[in-house]
Amino acid sequence: MHEVSIAQSIVDLAIQQAESHSAIEVEELELEIGVLSGIEIPALAFALESCVMGTWLEKTRIVRHDIPGEGKCGDCGESFPIKDMFSACPFCGSFAVRITKGKELRIKSIVIK
Amino acid sequence: MCGTCGCGDAAHHYHHDQGHHHEHEHDHNHEHPHEDSRLIAVELDILRRNNLMAERNRGYFEAKAIFCLNLMSSPGAGKTTLLEETIRRLKDKKAIYVIEGDQQTSHDAERIAALNIPVFQVNTGSGCHLEASMIHHALQHLNPSEKSLLLIENVGNLVCPALFDLGEARKVVIVSTTEGDDKPLKYPYMFKEAHVCIINKTDLSPYLNTDIETLRGNCLKVNPELQLFELSAGKGTGMDKWCEWLLSGPVLPI
Repeated sequence: MHEVSIAQSIVDLAIQQAESHSAIEVEELELEIGVLSGIEIPALAFALESCVMGTWLEKTRIVRHDIPGEGKCGDCGESFPIKDMFSACPFCGSFAVRITKGKELRIKSIVIK
Repeated sequence: MCGTCGCGDAAHHYHHDQGHHHEHEHDHNHEHPHEDSRLIAVELDILRRNNLMAERNRGYFEAKAIFCLNLMSSPGAGKTTLLEETIRRLKDKKAIYVIEGDQQTSHDAERIAALNIPVFQVNTGSGCHLEASMIHHALQHLNPSEKSLLLIENVGNLVCPALFDLGEARKVVIVSTTEGDDKPLKYPYMFKEAHVCIINKTDLSPYLNTDIETLRGNCLKVNPELQLFELSAGKGTGMDKWCEWLLSGPVLPI
């Protein structure tokens, strides 16, 4: 459900940025969404389709980069790919794993005219 | 794609900047269809607006030495009962304020108001979580006193509230034995974000297939830094330790 809030935040922030650069059109919106960000990516894509309707972004091309998860072990210091939030460190078995990548929820860029 | 001439070779931007000639070959007609397009590096967090408002709330709490907690759980885990029992035990020792979040009704606020505690009900309508701006609004009404305890009961939902910072000093997740012992693994985001976890309804575990030790282990698997309390708000067992901790606040920001 919160994907709708996130989609609305994306639309608001992108429009605010476009306005602050005196844009007349937003051609492209580039997003970075981490797979461990707590966002259901298909739900976000669907919510975005609805939220852009009737706004500047209605015809904007949306480019999304899904960022895979990466963790760093707090005990042995190794970094490794992670797919969920409770994987033990593959090197030493510790659960003290800090997520270093995969929680991104970011607008990377916009292309404006 | 190149924002200057639309030729598909973004790398040659840098040559323009340095006043060099084009060093790449174009294999298409140079019609410059997007010659006035510009790439703006935004690099901003999507939740920026909420996060900024949360920081504003956090500054307010720190300035007034208010200990603010964000209580989150599934519907029915016992948040309101925990609040009632906590208030009964602490209201003579500390000023307490409550913000209640629910989609509909003011049932919870009425339960808190019955204990003579200032309470503000936020109804989110179809919204599944509280946001920092709602807390900011509630604060204008409640105007909590200095050195008080502010307890925010989030909308009953073990998923969405995890993403939205409200400005609280600590996030508290409540999980009850009636929900089974694998909830932390099924809904890891909430447990990963929380600082404190309360295992509630411990008195019911003999009648259920929930093993408290397994539940505790699963909490710590997702978040080894979780501070755990085990209690039964309904029966009052284990409440002392929790209340002592509440009186120890405000704690330093993490």
